[in-house]
Amino acid sequence: MTSHQSVVGRVIRVLFLTLWAVITLFPLYWITITSFKTPGAIFSYPLAYWPEEFSLENYIGLFQKAQFGTYILNSLTVSTAAAAVATLIAMLSGYVLARFEFRSKSAVLLAFLVTQMIPSFIALGPLYLLMVQLGLVDQKLGLVLIYIAVCIPVSTVMLRGFFANVPDALEEAALIDGCSRLTALFRVIAPVMKPGIIAAFIFNFVNCWNELFLSVTLMNSDENRTIPTALNAFITSFNIEWASMAAAAVLTILPTMVLFAFASRYIVQGLTAGAVKG
Amino acid sequence: MTQTALPTKGRPTSGLGAPSGPRKRTFTVTRGLIVLAFMAPAVIFVAIFTYYPMISGSQMAFRKWNLADLTDTSWVGFDNFTAIFTDPTFFTVLGNTAIWVFASIIPQLLIGFALALWLRRRFRFRGVYQALIFFPWAISGFLIGIVFRWMFNGEFGVINDLLVKIGIVDTPVPWLAKPGTAMFALVVANVWYGVTFFAIMILAALQSVPDELYEAAALDGASKPRVLFQITIPQIATTLALTVLLRVIWIFNFPDIIYAMTGGGPANQTHIVTTWMIETTQRGDYGHASATGLIVVAVLLVFSAFYLLALRERKEVRS
Repeated sequence: MTSHQSVVGRVIRVLFLTLWAVITLFPLYWITITSFKTPGAIFSYPLAYWPEEFSLENYIGLFQKAQFGTYILNSLTVSTAAAAVATLIAMLSGYVLARFEFRSKSAVLLAFLVTQMIPSFIALGPLYLLMVQLGLVDQKLGLVLIYIAVCIPVSTVMLRGFFANVPDALEEAALIDGCSRLTALFRVIAPVMKPGIIAAFIFNFVNCWNELFLSVTLMNSDENRTIPTALNAFITSFNIEWASMAAAAVLTILPTMVLFAFASRYIVQGLTAGAVKG
Repeated sequence: MTQTALPTKGRPTSGLGAPSGPRKRTFTVTRGLIVLAFMAPAVIFVAIFTYYPMISGSQMAFRKWNLADLTDTSWVGFDNFTAIFTDPTFFTVLGNTAIWVFASIIPQLLIGFALALWLRRRFRFRGVYQALIFFPWAISGFLIGIVFRWMFNGEFGVINDLLVKIGIVDTPVPWLAKPGTAMFALVVANVWYGVTFFAIMILAALQSVPDELYEAAALDGASKPRVLFQITIPQIATTLALTVLLRVIWIFNFPDIIYAMTGGGPANQTHIVTTWMIETTQRGDYGHASATGLIVVAVLLVFSAFYLLALRERKEVRS
């Protein structure tokens, strides 16, 4: 009887897992298929679940009609710079939070946590005004500075979790040998927790790459737009050009998916460790 | 952040401010300087670009502050709040937010839980499977909104096509054109997006449940539902409860999908508080938007407080 039950259970399990995988993957499949149809084929009946001919027209159009190359370059520059600096800074703060006890420690952690709970849109207007004062409206540097601040709290908590897993005997040996803290951190500990650092960097990068509302508020000239801002402009104009939109969506999703595939194991580790340990 | 790194020499001696660290470390000037120097960049960045705008945004809530006319930014007390509370749209928006949060979170939790339970066991291709179903995480809510907007398209949307083929509906449904179906479509997209998060958090919690408990249950011949309700769920209850709270807060503040799929339409009927607030900001009325933001914070604080109190009481009853 029990074996009968477990067969049923197994069938249910496999069915459920398969169904969910199909549901998860279908939107990605559909937008990709759409992007390879000709603009005419997108709006024709019956819907084709596999295009009769694969056309690159939509992709080519993105680079000819819109300055998609510029947007990609902007996103790449801003996200790389912000993620790199934020990860460096978070290494320092995460290290201290993992290794030292000090009085304001829980206050700092709380302050970082609160940034995740308050709607950031309350700061949207004031941030714009601050950037006006600093003369950084519509400049990549301004966006980078803000993104760094956005990335710091979560990546600090993430890296703190990874530092806590590195035995401190390692750097104590280095310190006794006369290394400074900073050298010990970057020369001795960092190499050991490379996966964690890379995961934090990728997590930050993807978050910046995907960010919309701040860049929409701050970047108003076409030449400084990041990809999400450009996509937003595709929408707010009367009709959505679904053909270009699909191609643009695929180009936006692709890099983050590749990066995530590499690092998802460590990101999951870092986030859950940070959350569970608090 | 450059000139830091003083070498720590010998054993720390003074016993000032004795912390309760795992190894009972004592305070020294050197260690204090290291903490200060290493924390400074992070704290400074967050202070200038997150806290300063947040605080200065909060005071705008009590002012007339419109980008259209910056000559008059006088203090107006609670006028912005009064304007919000007397606006009938606000209550529609609040109701929508409640639907958006709870209708999204319950299926997310259930499906995420089931996935986590089944992913805990080893099976062939588990790693590949995990990577596959975790991928929505890499995509922005905004793009997910766009993709689902296309799939829910009334005329050429694939969802209508599939539903007609299966025979669930006879004629295509204009999903995003009517408030009820639009909200349903939004929630579907959000559930699709959020299951991953629950699956990940619950999976991590499950892995911390000691195997001995399951072995003991197996020896006693406990049935599967009993194991689930008497071992698994109680063991991860705290993590589960906190994850749900974090998620409620997060979804409450998550406008991206709605912004991309309906923009709050048709006729403001799918706005949640944050999309409504973004619209106000884009109109330049920072005073109104900030007041809305403060209301959000207040609602979330009250909700969290009650939730945590209820949680604590339950625990005390149990033990």
